[in-house]
Amino acid sequence: MSLQLINLSKHFEDSENATLREINLEIESGEFVCIVGASGCGKSTLLNLVAGLIEPSGGQILLNGKEITGPGADRTVMFQDHGLYPWLNVIDNVKFGMKLAGVSAEEQEEKAVHYLKMVNLLDYRDYPIHQISGGMRQRTALARALTMDSEVLLMDEPFSALDKQTSNRLRQELQQIWMETKRTILFITHSVEEAVYLGDRVVVLSLEDKAPEIVNIDLERPRHVYSPEFVELRRGILAKIRGEEY
Amino acid sequence: MSIVIFLCILLALWQGFYWVFVDLMEVFKPYSVPSPLGVGERFVELLSDGTLLQATGNSLLRGIAGYLIAVLLGLAVGLLINHFKYLQKNLKPLILGIQTLPSVCWVPFSILWFGLSTQAILFVVVMGAAFSIAISVDNAIKNVQPIYIKAALTMGAGKRQLYRHVIFPACLPELVTGLKQGWSFAWRALMAGEVMTTSIGLGQTLILGRDLADINQVMLVMVVIVVVGIVIDKCIFSVIEKKLLVKRGLWVQGH
Ligand SMILES: Nc1ncnc2c1ncn2[C@@H]1O[C@H](COP(=O)(O)OP(=O)(O)OP(=O)(O)O)[C@@H](O)[C@H]1O
Ligand SMILES: [Mg+2]
Repeated sequence: MSLQLINLSKHFEDSENATLREINLEIESGEFVCIVGASGCGKSTLLNLVAGLIEPSGGQILLNGKEITGPGADRTVMFQDHGLYPWLNVIDNVKFGMKLAGVSAEEQEEKAVHYLKMVNLLDYRDYPIHQISGGMRQRTALARALTMDSEVLLMDEPFSALDKQTSNRLRQELQQIWMETKRTILFITHSVEEAVYLGDRVVVLSLEDKAPEIVNIDLERPRHVYSPEFVELRRGILAKIRGEEY
Repeated sequence: MSIVIFLCILLALWQGFYWVFVDLMEVFKPYSVPSPLGVGERFVELLSDGTLLQATGNSLLRGIAGYLIAVLLGLAVGLLINHFKYLQKNLKPLILGIQTLPSVCWVPFSILWFGLSTQAILFVVVMGAAFSIAISVDNAIKNVQPIYIKAALTMGAGKRQLYRHVIFPACLPELVTGLKQGWSFAWRALMAGEVMTTSIGLGQTLILGRDLADINQVMLVMVVIVVVGIVIDKCIFSVIEKKLLVKRGLWVQGH
């Protein structure tokens, strides 16, 4: 399976310039791809296009060769501000997607417990959303996203609203989960460190109309952010974002 | 507790005023100024001969019946103007306009169409409450956070599921607030409708008091109308509202 973006463009009606122009990208099954770029370069726009929440102005998105025409459970999104439902407690939030899909109550319970365990949140299963911390909310959202068994998991800066310590811990956990479950993940972040830490490849979107640059991260996992190779990759990508020659 | 003391002081002042200006100095005629003792006396009389209970019961029944019709109509119209862009653009401004009409304006129509009947009263109640409910339904749905809907869509929600599992629960607190306001409109409209008819009810008892030049009865009925309104607001709507907000962590003490 693969996710293909072919000559993908997006020009919002009320903006002067196109936000995304002729983007080409192919993501293989089980790949962890990170997208970085300056604020306003169109990262969220790209993710919303793949999610089917907005329509492209040109080009196509193919999932397993089939064109994407709208949102669907095969491309679950995890948002920056969790998108959990305040009228449901933790476990019912995790079950929400399965309930929509008509999964049986026993299977819902079983899977919800499984993933809550995975994100270390089983003790909080009956808590209302407003009584758990921001980090726990993102974990709940992650567990909910994982229950969907989507072809692709789309994540738009899921940890960026959290403090550094919490976000570091969550990215470690996410990596662990990804290695266990081998999901295909398209991960957006403004943190180059996070991208290099998590991704098989890092896609650098530019603010201008330049084609995105792709950097392969061939480092063993888990990666060490202070290793020379890591620092070097990180510096190179930062320079690309700033538009400098490196 | 402090409000009880405040009310007692107010009543004492009022009674004192009555003694001085009506009884002693005779500045005002007794038939134009009610007194707490007079109202109390009337209260006991009307309570013991059953008039008051019957009038209150009748009014409540009519109010609730009219209100329920208004809720159904308001929900339907609210959903329609929310769902269809065309109606949103063209019908909603009209409804907003109609909603500003005092409900008494519907009385001539209701008498022409339904005569001096219960239906006529219900008509006034429905017209007085349905439009405000429709507007609040539309607003409540509009105020649902887009991220709730986006999240559900990317978990494969269909249109029906979206309404049932996301939009409805998300807008429930605001909906209850709208329904509460709708009730207060309905209750007021009911009085506008009842004063025109001859069937027993609070509004009719009020007008009867005027016709008999019994200012204490007029005052008594006014007090009953206020008390019933407050009791329903505080004991039903405000309780549900608070429960919903507390559950979502949105309740602010003293707000
Ligand atoms: N709905 C919209 N209508 C019009 N313009 C939009 C819309 N959404 C985004 N844009 C524009 O598209 C550009 C890219 O926005 P986008 O949100 O994709 O940026 P981003 O890379 O995610 O930025 P950030 O890192 O700050 O989240 C911006 O210039 C923004 O103004
Ligand atoms: Mg963004």
